[in-house]
Amino acid sequence: MPPAIHAEGLVKKYGDVVALDGMDLSVPEGTVLGLLGPNGAGKTTTVRILTTLVRPNAGHATVAGLDVVTQADRLRSRIGASGQYAAVDDHMTGAENLEMVGRLYHLGAGRSRQRARELLERFDLTGAADRPVRGYSGGMRRRLDLAGALVADPPVLFLDEPTTGLDPRARAGLWDVISELVAGGTTVLLTTQYLEEADRLADRIAVVDHGHVIALGTADELKDQVGGDRIELTVAGAGDLAAARHALASFGEVRIDPTALHVTVPVTGGTAALTTALGLLAAERVTVRDAGLRRPTLDDVFLTLTGHEVTAEKEPAR
Amino acid sequence: MNALQIVLADGVTITKRNALKIRRAPDLLGGAVILPIVFVLLFAYVFGSMIELPGMSYREYMIPGIFVQTIVTSAQITGYTLTQDLQKGIFDRFRTLPMAPSAVLVGQTVCDALMNVTSIVVMALVGLAVGWRIHTSPLEAVLGFLLLLFFAYAFSWVTAAVALALRTPEVFNNIATIVSMPLVFLSNAFVDTGRLPGPLKVVAEWNPVSTVIQAARELFGNAAETHPQAWPLQHAVAVSLSWSVLILVVFVPLATRLYKRAVSR
Repeated sequence: MPPAIHAEGLVKKYGDVVALDGMDLSVPEGTVLGLLGPNGAGKTTTVRILTTLVRPNAGHATVAGLDVVTQADRLRSRIGASGQYAAVDDHMTGAENLEMVGRLYHLGAGRSRQRARELLERFDLTGAADRPVRGYSGGMRRRLDLAGALVADPPVLFLDEPTTGLDPRARAGLWDVISELVAGGTTVLLTTQYLEEADRLADRIAVVDHGHVIALGTADELKDQVGGDRIELTVAGAGDLAAARHALASFGEVRIDPTALHVTVPVTGGTAALTTALGLLAAERVTVRDAGLRRPTLDDVFLTLTGHEVTAEKEPAR
Repeated sequence: MNALQIVLADGVTITKRNALKIRRAPDLLGGAVILPIVFVLLFAYVFGSMIELPGMSYREYMIPGIFVQTIVTSAQITGYTLTQDLQKGIFDRFRTLPMAPSAVLVGQTVCDALMNVTSIVVMALVGLAVGWRIHTSPLEAVLGFLLLLFFAYAFSWVTAAVALALRTPEVFNNIATIVSMPLVFLSNAFVDTGRLPGPLKVVAEWNPVSTVIQAARELFGNAAETHPQAWPLQHAVAVSLSWSVLILVVFVPLATRLYKRAVSR
């Protein structure tokens, strides 16, 4: 079966700024690919090319078997897109927003109205259906925006940072909704800067930096690339950091976060290593506030792969 | 559906959307109803009581000028809303839908036209209340209103193009005022263009705002007794129609191109 989304060597330049530099992607039908990367990595540009909003300077891509440039018109009725800026109209009610989208998909008046009702119910917005969107909370707006992307029941869905700016509860609510969709067989390309989000929703994760994919795999595969377990500890004061580094140097590269007083070192040998480490630290008279053994997180993956943290760069998304 | 049916259907959908917006946004509704009332009353009583015109009421002479001034000024509101839409994600949503791209601007300008019908009706009623009269046949009067609406429709494409070129509401507001003020005041709306100095006189005489105002005055029977000397004002109806057609020919494709450029970034 051909992949639902396929991109090869996409390049996009804005003046001197190279937003995409040879982006390759392949998403099999019915799976979720998480595009993980910092602001400015090229995630949004990738989505804008795949949803026919911009043309690439080089490379080509197909979605649902249709070329995103030459068959853009036909493609638009087969995709849904929900962006980081909720594309809903403030002055219209939730129902009116969805009906308008239905009309613009040319579903006809009756079918548009019916579809709007179905989606409002599914997204728990029935109570707010006839209120102007202006009064909606951030989470409600995102749910309505996502509902808008689903009006024509598209086989391929693009979600560009669907939960950015939401509070944890609204985020968890949206994750449940997206999980349900995925269970229904929709192919999804999801961009996010939240590792937890990629971990939770995506079948596979593509780590993006400087306009191309630098690593690809399941969350576990990516974590394995970074190595095995690590010891993470918090020391009592800044004066303990150098002693801790000295005590743990035999395990491997010790990473220190001086502001949080965190010390991290990769280990093998599980809990036995932890016991050894604590002994070494006691011998160096390091006061340890908190210590633990843990699997690498996607944060570690990102740091290892790119040399900087996911949220470190603060460039505009386009 | 064929391509034309899609444009029409989508145009209707977008027009409805914009109309709903105007109905629900007090500031926009104020632009269509309150601004015209304020303009007519303000100018009629402030200038209308100060200036005398030989052989006729200055107030009657001035009302067609206020019609056009209001059209030009309230067009800024629609340009402003267009830049606001541009900054939100709604045009991105539109662009990922299988709709006709031109429907966005068609819907916007058709809705502008509906708003202009409203404001012209309001102004005519307020004008009649303060002493403005139509002295011509009903046919000429109808032609006068149609000519105003046609110019207003053409002008909303100019506003759309400027808004799409500037893209941010703040920049648009500043530039729009700088452009629309001279457009209105370098015209025959309130003064006799024949008495302006050299180059200003030529600009004012060819200004489409002047020719439309002169055409409206003729069709409503509010023109001054002394005929203007300038050729464009002597043929005001024909020149006004030509201006409106020319504006459409230039600005419809231009605005459409700017829309595509603005949303494909």
